[in-house]
Amino acid sequence: MSRIKSYLDNLGEQGKKALIPYITAGDPHPQHTVSLMHALVEAGADIIELGVPFSDPMADGPVIQLACERALVHGTSLSQVLEMVAEFRNTNQSTPIVLMGYLNPVEAMGVENFIQRAKQAGLDGVLIVDLPAEEAASYVPALRREGLDCIFLIAPTTTDERIQTAVTYASGYIYYVSFKGVTGANSLDVQDVSNHLQRIRAKTDMPVGVGFGIKDAESAAAVSAVADGVIVGSALVNTIASNAEEPATMLDEIGRIARGMREAMDAKSAR
Amino acid sequence: MNVKFSPEELSKIPDQQGHFGQYGGRFVSETLMASLLELEQQYERLCQDARFQEEFDQDLADYVGRPSPLYFAERLTEQVGGAKIYLKREDLNHTGAHKVNNTIGQALLAKYLRKPRIIAETGAGQHGVASATVAARLGLECVVFMGEEDVKRQALNVYRMKLLGATVRPVSSGTKTLKDAMNEALRDWVTNVDNTFYIIGTIAGPHPYPKLVRDFQSVIGRETKLQCMEKEGRLPDALVACVGGGSNAIGLFYPFIGDRDVAMYGVEAGGHGIDTGQHAAPLCAGRPGVLHGNRTYLMEDDNGQISPTHSISAGLDYPGVGPEHAWLKDSGRAEYVAATDEEALDAFHKLTRIEGIMPALESSHAVAYAMKLARQMDRDQVIVINLSGRGDKDIHTVASLQGIELF
Repeated sequence: MSRIKSYLDNLGEQGKKALIPYITAGDPHPQHTVSLMHALVEAGADIIELGVPFSDPMADGPVIQLACERALVHGTSLSQVLEMVAEFRNTNQSTPIVLMGYLNPVEAMGVENFIQRAKQAGLDGVLIVDLPAEEAASYVPALRREGLDCIFLIAPTTTDERIQTAVTYASGYIYYVSFKGVTGANSLDVQDVSNHLQRIRAKTDMPVGVGFGIKDAESAAAVSAVADGVIVGSALVNTIASNAEEPATMLDEIGRIARGMREAMDAKSAR
Repeated sequence: MNVKFSPEELSKIPDQQGHFGQYGGRFVSETLMASLLELEQQYERLCQDARFQEEFDQDLADYVGRPSPLYFAERLTEQVGGAKIYLKREDLNHTGAHKVNNTIGQALLAKYLRKPRIIAETGAGQHGVASATVAARLGLECVVFMGEEDVKRQALNVYRMKLLGATVRPVSSGTKTLKDAMNEALRDWVTNVDNTFYIIGTIAGPHPYPKLVRDFQSVIGRETKLQCMEKEGRLPDALVACVGGGSNAIGLFYPFIGDRDVAMYGVEAGGHGIDTGQHAAPLCAGRPGVLHGNRTYLMEDDNGQISPTHSISAGLDYPGVGPEHAWLKDSGRAEYVAATDEEALDAFHKLTRIEGIMPALESSHAVAYAMKLARQMDRDQVIVINLSGRGDKDIHTVASLQGIELF
């Protein structure tokens, strides 16, 4: 059983919802990424989505675009991101890590090579933003064979038929994109999310995380009431950006925000 | 050129999922899939709709001014000394370039799909102007994304778009050029997908764009075929077109792919020279990868990050290329070469002085290579250059390269 599945199963048995923070690897500097990951875990993160910086992040809003640019200034490569995962694993063997990014850096490394190195590093899952189910057929079996989960996005515009295709390929969890737009935008409607989650749950038992538009403890708690997991990215990346010059403050602030979300989510599920 | 495709093989290019061999496809975020599938379905339906096709043909005739002439460049032919050089005069189209063939088609699609707002990306500004033009004509709201660098380089076209009622949004992310404008347009589309039609200007992007842009542009090659038969009693020996994204080239090439004796040359932007690394020639010096929704040849570094490009012409300054060209290259059916900034500039001046036709700097790349090619060919052979756009928009660039301050 994959680390993601066993972790989420365990969490589900405790009646808790997963807090899944996203940060861009190498932002603001590669030397801070592993510390940020540990700080997030200490603050109550369950799974970490680690962004692989890309020069052309088409599906991302300005916050994550800038994070990619900051990381790329320091030359953060996929290879280095995998080294960060391995370093994190030296002291943490329980928290699942999912790489989130675009296809081209993976192809540049070579898919087989990537899979072998990812496995060695202790990676658990992969979410490739620009790889919809239709194009994924040649990648998924190779990833799954080595025990790497493939996380797929489902959007409000995804038809029932395509949800079926996605859940056939997906493992670990489903990432539901809460609205039409790019990351970091602001238009979360929890009732609408809830309606769409019903469509997904009609097709799969897999846990569903919801991302896009969650920016504080309140919205995290609201979404956790209807979802299995809460994915938060731009709010954290913003905080990293505004404290880039003060690493100690940056770690404190990230911890504080994640902890606030954790507590609000737990309070909600305890009710 | 020994590669021969049967009509049956060609009808499967692209396949149902938009693949041209290993290239093309649909590599986008899930949020866009529904719209792309809808567009594909509606487009296939409208291809069978006589009313739509009639309206498209009528617009090309009465609004664009087609057919564009196939002009025998007699003085240029004499001076070069070799094959007869013909120019396919896309520069004479309304708005001054081939781009309008496609925007007319896609704006009609927007109209049939009842989308009141169109968006477009632009590099040199020609596609932006063509989009703003058809938007004005159909009463659609129009937003054009343009890299900050290009906004500076192409001030005249920016103002033209504004005069036409479009909003020009400068894009300051990444390299601030065409690729970043396309990223931003895709982001806008994801956000406003309910009321917005994205008019992609070239044969790149996710399926069905490379196919539908090709279909709209292939009027260039169909006309050329008829005109060449009329004037020469046979097909040309060689076709030459510049390739940025590659829409004018595919427009000329596509109807000839099955004619094995017609050689096809795509001319990429060699910039300061291929060996300097400062160019925009992915087919000559790049490798396959995935960007902007399709698999194709790209300029990228070892880590898969897209490289900055350089070309004297904003319209060729793009790190990717349409997937159909990638397929034509690998299959050996077309050959891809490069012309440097300097060669293009020289061709710009030559054509202007010898024929009184001022080519766009993009098209000047094709002229530059065609002159070299013609010299190596016999006097009874025929070359057709796609003169994809006129050079008015580039006068400022050319002047400043000569150290002249215009205004």
